[in-house]
Amino acid sequence: MAAVASAIELKNVSLSFGSNQILTGIDMSVEPGEFVCVIGASGSGKTTLLRMIAGLLTPTSGQVLQHGRPVRAPTRKVAVVFQDYGRALLPWRRAYANVSLPLEASGMPARDRPKRIRELLAKVGLANHENKFPGQLSGGMQQRLQIARSLAQEPDTLLMDEPFGALDAMTRQTLQDEVMRLVAERRTTVFFVTHDIEEALYLGDRVVALDSNPGRIAYDIKVPLPRPRDQLTTREHPEFLRLRREMFEIMNKIHA
Amino acid sequence: MTAGFTRSWRGWLLPLAVLAAAEAWFLLNPIMSDTLAPPSKILLGAVETMTDGTFLRTTYQTLFAAAAGLLIGMTAGTICGIVIGLLRTADRLSSWSVEMLRPIPSVALIPLSLLTFGYGYRMEYAVVAWATFWPFLILTQHALKQIDVRLIEVSRLMGFGILSRIFKIMLPAAAPRLFTALRLAVGLSLVVSVTVEIAANPQGLGYGLMVAQESLRPDRMFALLVWVGILGWALNYFLVRLEGRLFAHRAPGLSADA
Ligand SMILES: Nc1ncnc2c1ncn2[C@@H]1O[C@H](COP(=O)(O)OP(=O)(O)O)[C@@H](O)[C@H]1O
Ligand SMILES: [Mg+2]
Repeated sequence: MAAVASAIELKNVSLSFGSNQILTGIDMSVEPGEFVCVIGASGSGKTTLLRMIAGLLTPTSGQVLQHGRPVRAPTRKVAVVFQDYGRALLPWRRAYANVSLPLEASGMPARDRPKRIRELLAKVGLANHENKFPGQLSGGMQQRLQIARSLAQEPDTLLMDEPFGALDAMTRQTLQDEVMRLVAERRTTVFFVTHDIEEALYLGDRVVALDSNPGRIAYDIKVPLPRPRDQLTTREHPEFLRLRREMFEIMNKIHA
Repeated sequence: MTAGFTRSWRGWLLPLAVLAAAEAWFLLNPIMSDTLAPPSKILLGAVETMTDGTFLRTTYQTLFAAAAGLLIGMTAGTICGIVIGLLRTADRLSSWSVEMLRPIPSVALIPLSLLTFGYGYRMEYAVVAWATFWPFLILTQHALKQIDVRLIEVSRLMGFGILSRIFKIMLPAAAPRLFTALRLAVGLSLVVSVTVEIAANPQGLGYGLMVAQESLRPDRMFALLVWVGILGWALNYFLVRLEGRLFAHRAPGLSADA
């Protein structure tokens, strides 16, 4: 075994729902601190893959490991950010109390919580909205809130399922930069699902493309773009443009 | 509220017209009846009923029995509903008993309850508890099933134990539906307690109705009838307002029936 175990490792993983083969022969690993983006057409099994890594689903065959240990159930060291923030937040709790949830779960003493919660809310730019209910926040703010809640778990690994898919372009870019900044601070490992090639290239150290029916890895490329990244210069970088072209061609071939 | 009131003033037209017609009918046909009374006499009966000392006491007796029974039925029904809703074994073990017991009308339990507890509050709230137990049992199970799976996943991801999962996620998520169960059960508890008083238990508003009937006082009887109606309406009105206030902040589409 290697000296440092991968943050996430999938060994020949397959998954079926009944007779329906969803994922087959998935082999991949994500190193600690790495930002890996997964792209694929809708229905290719990206969400299913993420849920398996989170421990919400058990593979039909093969193994899912976190830091060298088989995943049996969800752990607090792995946080999930869902695309549908409206369903993932607790609508009866104010922003403040939503962030408090993981702290209550981990048994942090009540007197230590307020400082931590306000820190996290400030980090995602919601300092002035702690008393609002999720239903009173815009989509972008609700997603920020879900991100703050996931960070409250102090996760080693962040699993994000098309987190910005439902947001407008401006909000999306702002949040992309915020997430990169936040995970860089703590060297968090990120497994980021998207169907947007440019988003995957802009954010990732690596991009993994899934082929559909059944879902399997079609391509796995490194993204050697310098960090910190910038919405203007990175997206104009010759390497970005070259990779973008390459990825488009690959995806076209997959879906042909 | 004022707006709602003025908007709904038309709703008062029909009952008022009926009252006026009834009064006119009695004026034109001056009969002595054991079953009917003109609205004006009911009003006088109401004044008389309300000013004699038993009125507040009987109202209190009925409301207390209804509330105590409701509390027992609600607690037991909700707890059983949660257990059955969460444990498949409990569901299988109980399904037959539920199917057999639920159809028993609560009124059919009056003799048993009377035999067990004698006259008084206990026999009455036992029957009310039985009657309200079922809606809570069924609606709690139903409410738990309706919880968005995403929230259940969130609670698993947070690593909550079973109690935190129930109290921090499931019950608050199911609260709007549970409140609907409460609203149904409050009405039911009033109906059942008055029924028990009419059929067997010599106390409360139901018994007052019986006494009015036996002493050939239709005016008093109707006055009590109207009063029971007002009580039921007021309780429901209050609960509807409370419901709005409790769940208004939940985003549209997220709360149960918004
Ligand atoms: N719980 C489930 N039961 C049966 N089929 C499912 C379930 N969840 C997802 N699927 C199927 O698995 C496939 C992959 O779904 P998903 O992982 O959500 O894809 P993606 O996230 O890439 O759009 C789809 O065909 C979907 O219908
Ligand atoms: Mg998906």
